[in-house]
Amino acid sequence: MDGAHDMGGVAGFGPVRPEPDEPVFHAEWERRAFALTLAMATPGGWNIDMSRFARENRPAADYLARSYYQIWLAGIERLMAERHLVEADEIAAGKMLRPARPVAKILKAADVPVTLGRGGPTERAATTPALFAVGDRVRAKDMHPPTHTRLPRYVRGHVGRIEALRGVHVFPDSNAHGHGENPQWLYTVSFSGADLWADAPDPLLEVTVDAFEPYLERA
Amino acid sequence: MTDHDHHHDHHHDHSDLSETELRVRALETILTEKGYIDPAALDVLIETYESKVGPRNGARVVARAWTDPAFRARLLADATPAIGELGYAGRQGEHIVAIENTPELHNMVVCTLCSCYPWPVLGLPPVWYKSAPYRAKAVKDPRGVLQDFGFALAPTTKIRVWDSTAEIRYFVLPMRPEGTEGWSEDQLAELVTRDSMIGTGLPKRPAEVTR
Repeated sequence: MDGAHDMGGVAGFGPVRPEPDEPVFHAEWERRAFALTLAMATPGGWNIDMSRFARENRPAADYLARSYYQIWLAGIERLMAERHLVEADEIAAGKMLRPARPVAKILKAADVPVTLGRGGPTERAATTPALFAVGDRVRAKDMHPPTHTRLPRYVRGHVGRIEALRGVHVFPDSNAHGHGENPQWLYTVSFSGADLWADAPDPLLEVTVDAFEPYLERA
Repeated sequence: MTDHDHHHDHHHDHSDLSETELRVRALETILTEKGYIDPAALDVLIETYESKVGPRNGARVVARAWTDPAFRARLLADATPAIGELGYAGRQGEHIVAIENTPELHNMVVCTLCSCYPWPVLGLPPVWYKSAPYRAKAVKDPRGVLQDFGFALAPTTKIRVWDSTAEIRYFVLPMRPEGTEGWSEDQLAELVTRDSMIGTGLPKRPAEVTR
């Protein structure tokens, strides 16, 4: 979706403000919101692409008004409500109003190291040859799906060069919406800064994105 | 979304504490009551990323690469198993690619769409990395970003910005500072800053640390 989360090249946000000696978390609630989000993926059964879409799929003003972990919080609240695990009235009441729904599994403390260590690899076996090779010229499609996608707006319609093949990976555009993993070839595609940003060209700038094969066409 | 109807006049991450705090507490209570979470698991998750997994891991990888050419070659060829040799692996680092800075080319990593970051080597991302200014500016004006961080790149140095739009996680191998000949891996690791592995900074100079 063309949402506020897709920020590459957007003007008006001002300078980057690094924080010296920044702590990992800035408040206790951030610690808990972070950990709740990781832990709830086990009983919730959603995948990372569903989580990303639940965070980004909101009005721009809403997205921009929330801090990072507030967006995470809004994301799990939505994912849980969609599955009737916890609903808004329960959060407002501060207590359980309906019995728990059966869940297949929960994340136990003893399982955390193994679960984190395993992570969620997205590479899958190739079943078709790659359409493009290193050095090929490709155009990022000018596409604007209302659903989840990982092709940022600032490269759409621009011609780049295949820089590397990264194997076949779970396709977020399908996986975010429960349509299966639908694995696709993934490429690193480089674009010249002068082409992307004709108003402020830096001839020595190159930008790469990782683009799935369905995002690209031969140029 | 009743918790966000009021106005924000500054760039938050410190706003709405009490209201958000109450909401998170309510959620934790309900999830515990329903048996969906093991509260002890939350503590382990927090402890992991607050005390165990962080940029010191990445610094060890860089220092190893600076002192062991065979390791450096393995790291640049296929970073995930090379990093695994030091015991770092897992969530948000399933597919890591190391990219090398040279006198001619400076690399910078961003995630314009969210906050993708190589957790096993760098830990959780800092607020600025996840913020709108960085995500907006890095792909268009990375030299301006470097100025925000207080350093200027030679105008003749090429700059390549890697937007982490899929599940590949990028990790910058900075250049070894001059004047460190004969330093041990441990000493070199002290020079490696988090920002130098994102590409928004450089390693410390020898004079900045006490040997």
